[in-house]
Amino acid sequence: MNSIGEACTDLKKEYDDCFNAWFSDHFLRGRTNDSICAPLLKVYQHCIKKAMKEQNLDYDEVRKDLLGTEKEKIPPVEANKKSKS
Amino acid sequence: MKFFENSTIFNYTWEQVAQGFWKRYPNPDSKHVLSEDTISREIKSGKLLSKRLLSKTNNIPNWAKRFIHTSYVYILEESIVDVKNKVLVTYTRNLGFTKVMSVTEKVVYKQSEENPHKTEVLRYAWIDSQVRGFSRAICAFGYERFKKNSQKMVGGFNYVLQNMFPHQNSIPNVHMTVTTAHKLKDAAKNASELAKSKAAPIYASLHPNQS
Repeated sequence: MNSIGEACTDLKKEYDDCFNAWFSDHFLRGRTNDSICAPLLKVYQHCIKKAMKEQNLDYDEVRKDLLGTEKEKIPPVEANKKSKS
Repeated sequence: MKFFENSTIFNYTWEQVAQGFWKRYPNPDSKHVLSEDTISREIKSGKLLSKRLLSKTNNIPNWAKRFIHTSYVYILEESIVDVKNKVLVTYTRNLGFTKVMSVTEKVVYKQSEENPHKTEVLRYAWIDSQVRGFSRAICAFGYERFKKNSQKMVGGFNYVLQNMFPHQNSIPNVHMTVTTAHKLKDAAKNASELAKSKAAPIYASLHPNQS
């Protein structure tokens, strides 16, 4: 897959390869130290931040967390369960 | 507001599905996905939290062009991978044009309770619109399009899993037969014979050159 910024695609691929290997060989085996790919992620993120700015993406909206917060939408079945208990 | 819900079973272990999740684009059903980027990633209490930004082409019908003037849309995907409980949750929403139409999707991938070699996928989606006088029509359109696309998403993901883990459909059946054999104490001998006789042709079909 391509990156949003043409200049970032190579950095993205390098980072993705590192991440996927780490995910399979470390994370899924219970090892949570993620420092191996951190330098690659840093360079890659620097690049996409610039690309997002160029494409006028609302960075505040991108940074907002919803999953796992009170703002997350709850499916009706689970919402019913919660209101009953 | 329209709510959508469905569930699917993937014939792959949860670990396989979790690995495939990051590699599910591109696939033959994802030609509309233009880009994919990791915005942030961190470990929190042993869980992996990621945020990815996707861009997709936005094919809209002529009647909707008076509300939306862009040919592509940005999608933000948050996810949490919990290895301990074997659960992957994703939460996806469109950025921009949310007053015209907002689509929020939550997907839960968890190990099947009946069969640890399979993964249960629960998909929920909320489609909303705040365009006066048109919100019902827009929601109905969004709902139908989401329904159609959700089938594509499952098909595309399955395609990627098949390529990553070939022969997967045969292998769990072998394990099932063996597990059953252990349970039936009295008929253990017969059952294991049966398991062997069933496993042999499967093994042979997987390794045609050796038979």
